[in-house]
Amino acid sequence: MTLKSIRTLFAATALSLAALAPGLHAQTTLLNVSYDVAREYYKDYNPVFAAYWKKKTGETVTINQSHAGSTPQARAVADGLEADVVTMNQATDVQMLADRKLVVADWDKRFPNGAAPNYSTMIFLVRKGNPKGIKDWNDLVKPGVQVVIPNPKTAGNGRYTYLAAWGYALKKNNGSEVQAREFAKALFKNVPVLDTGGRGATTTFAQRNIGDALVTFENEVYLIQKELGADKVEIVYPSVSIRADNPVAVVERTVEKKKSRKQAQAYLEYLWSPEAQEIAARYYYRPAVASVAKKYASQFKPVGLFTVDEVFGGWEKANKAHFVDGGSFDQIYQK
Amino acid sequence: MNPRPAKRHNVLPGFGLSLGYTLFYLCLIVLIPLSAAFIRTASLSWEQFWGIVSTPRVVASYQLTFGASLIGAGINAVFGLIVAWVLVRYSFPGKRLLDAMVDLPFALPTAVAGIALTGLYAQNGWIGALLAPYGIKVAFTQLGIIVALTFIGLPFVVRTVQPVIEDLERELEEAAASLGATRWQTFMNVILPVILPALLTGFALALARAIGEYGSVVFIAGNIPMQTEITPLLIITKLEQYDYVGATALAVVMLVISFCMLLVINLLQWWANRRAGRES
Amino acid sequence: MSATTTRPASPAPAVALKRTATGEHPAIKWLLIGVSVVFMVLFLIIPLVAVFFEALKKGVDVYFAALAEPDALAAIKLTLLVAGIAVPVNLVFGVAASWAIAKFDFRGKSLLITLIDLPFSVSPIVAGLIYVLLFGAQGWFGPWLQANDVKVIFAVPGIVLATIFVTFPFVARELIPLMETQGNEEEEAALVLGATGWQTFWKVTLPNIKWGLLYGVILCNARAMGEFGAVSVVSGHIRGQTNTMPLHVEILYNEYQFAAAFAVASLLALLALVTLGLKSFIEWKTRHEHAVLPLEAPRQT
Repeated sequence: MTLKSIRTLFAATALSLAALAPGLHAQTTLLNVSYDVAREYYKDYNPVFAAYWKKKTGETVTINQSHAGSTPQARAVADGLEADVVTMNQATDVQMLADRKLVVADWDKRFPNGAAPNYSTMIFLVRKGNPKGIKDWNDLVKPGVQVVIPNPKTAGNGRYTYLAAWGYALKKNNGSEVQAREFAKALFKNVPVLDTGGRGATTTFAQRNIGDALVTFENEVYLIQKELGADKVEIVYPSVSIRADNPVAVVERTVEKKKSRKQAQAYLEYLWSPEAQEIAARYYYRPAVASVAKKYASQFKPVGLFTVDEVFGGWEKANKAHFVDGGSFDQIYQK
Repeated sequence: MNPRPAKRHNVLPGFGLSLGYTLFYLCLIVLIPLSAAFIRTASLSWEQFWGIVSTPRVVASYQLTFGASLIGAGINAVFGLIVAWVLVRYSFPGKRLLDAMVDLPFALPTAVAGIALTGLYAQNGWIGALLAPYGIKVAFTQLGIIVALTFIGLPFVVRTVQPVIEDLERELEEAAASLGATRWQTFMNVILPVILPALLTGFALALARAIGEYGSVVFIAGNIPMQTEITPLLIITKLEQYDYVGATALAVVMLVISFCMLLVINLLQWWANRRAGRES
Repeated sequence: MSATTTRPASPAPAVALKRTATGEHPAIKWLLIGVSVVFMVLFLIIPLVAVFFEALKKGVDVYFAALAEPDALAAIKLTLLVAGIAVPVNLVFGVAASWAIAKFDFRGKSLLITLIDLPFSVSPIVAGLIYVLLFGAQGWFGPWLQANDVKVIFAVPGIVLATIFVTFPFVARELIPLMETQGNEEEEAALVLGATGWQTFWKVTLPNIKWGLLYGVILCNARAMGEFGAVSVVSGHIRGQTNTMPLHVEILYNEYQFAAAFAVASLLALLALVTLGLKSFIEWKTRHEHAVLPLEAPRQT
């Protein structure tokens, strides 16, 4: 390296710093901050909405996507990530934003169906031939069965699974909290790996060949089966499970600043259009709109679904009882 | 040891400028941001702080993080010394390649390393499948964490010990041999004492690096509380619950530990330099 | 890395060793070589091979398609931009810091070196977190930044800052021991002969340290391009905008596009290999230059 090239380096620094100047902001760019496993769905939905919006208003709208765990994403928005809309997989994450006044307080009234255009539930994926004979939640707690579940502390996926198992145990034992606690404990004794995210758990089950069953979202289960082939894994529906709504909301802070409220609102509203609902159904999200749900009824096995509100009295209570530090989940691992 | 005269009457210019800039930049990039963590934590009372950083689960994670880091650094100290010795003293085919590869963990992104190691050491991986028949599980156990930490710490020991072995005085070894010492005695009594400070420095550097490691470990660890959950993961877990203060409290503990470790490293180096200076 | 002991070379050249009183029994020698090779293969070479194996598993077409994809290209561009800023900035700092530390004596030097080393052992997660605490919407400067529409976190500046933080010590760490062993005589001589301070630096110091400097830059660059943890915290994960290469690897991996994930990862691994190649070249070049110098030059390592 000569002196000259070192000087060039310095010059390059100056240049690249200049390049840092605030970038141009196209007026009709929306940022949809979403959770991990919704990428494929929104990848298909975005061009459909863009076409619809172009036809309706003549305006070209570009949608950027950001995906990661639902909670880290909500946190990023709270910390300043300029999302026009959030599309999450649990109400807590939207509620947190509402608590910080980034989303209107009555966000769940702003759109139909509690602002959830689709929902899913927790079901099982087992190895071909179901060698351990796993049929329902109580088969997962048997000794010698290994279950892959992501960490309820870091993944919404894991949280739903935990609550689903808890709700099942309550139903089986006439609402006995003590029995439910024992059940959850037995279940997590059978978990060999607590991945930090839903996709990590899938990789552990599918690529690393660990565990007899994977518990995850219905839509995810079908996607995995498609990826891996039906000759490797089988889908099992438990007798009951939890309803996992995927709530959406407009982020006030951003749309005020960017003047993008109209587009953001339309983007979310259009999620209830038959077209969008069908895309959702094709990705194995259960559509909230009854007519589309009827059309795809054969695809979704009926499961006895309970909600977080019904069994746990809402997310806030569920979090306090189970997932805060020292909650029922932590107690499982205390010696 | 340095041949230059004492620096007391320094005629070189630019001390004020260079030191001033160094301090300014250090404050801007490192100290002010780090102080944010301390100030955030200051909103806690001492009891609250202690309560957060001393729960059984957190303590278990310290034990794991430090235990696995110590073992990884220990493995590196032993094998790194052998590798350094082999690279300096022997010539054999492929030596240059081996020498170049030592720095790989510096250059390979940790997440890539984590994914690759997990793939290899999982029960159906290339190496994991060989170990599985003997009932040895690596990926998703504490062993896996040690493997990842050994990987990232490897260059430190080799690269700190290598120059010292190159500078070893052969005469001493020859003298020891002519006095009837066996090769092993020579190594233990003549060579090792000279290498030891550098070896300790390398060990401590590898240890310091391992304690903070996240990217490669999180893939290969099972993340089971009390068993395979490292402290950086607990920080993430706290953030997931919007518990910023709790997360920063743990971060502060890790920061203080890092700082102390590095201070020890620099003291070791100072000690090594002084020893070397006394001898010459 | 620390070339502190600089006595004249021992009479017996380190190369061309025969079995002397100071050599080991051939059996032990080959045992040690064997142990080293097995250890290195197990821990370093197989993981590297695995990356390329996975990347090319589905064929060369898939490999190049993965790299030519717009999001991948955007990630590559962003990574280059970030490294292009972080590395020169740390280069300037490294030179200034090592000038102050190696050429002068002052109180608190050990503390200063320790503080410079600090980012090196700070967990990347903590590194990202502190910038969120500073520049996040709920952080110290957050409200001001928002009021003035300056984006730091979840935009390129935040990624650059986090990268500068984690690569902070690399250049300085490389230069300090080098400049310490070189001493001050040459600079002092230049000053006596009437050169200005800057002239002395450009014409005397810089040529002496250029290889060490380049080595520091290369390591710094490798780390800057490969950083995952800290960048992940401040990135915002916006596809095609704030995803660096390591983050893009994670995304592809999470999308079950394993071959594509490893393809991008292999680019980073390739970068590692180029780094190692360059480094070997520098070492060879340094040795070569010192061999040419007839002076009783201190042996560089």
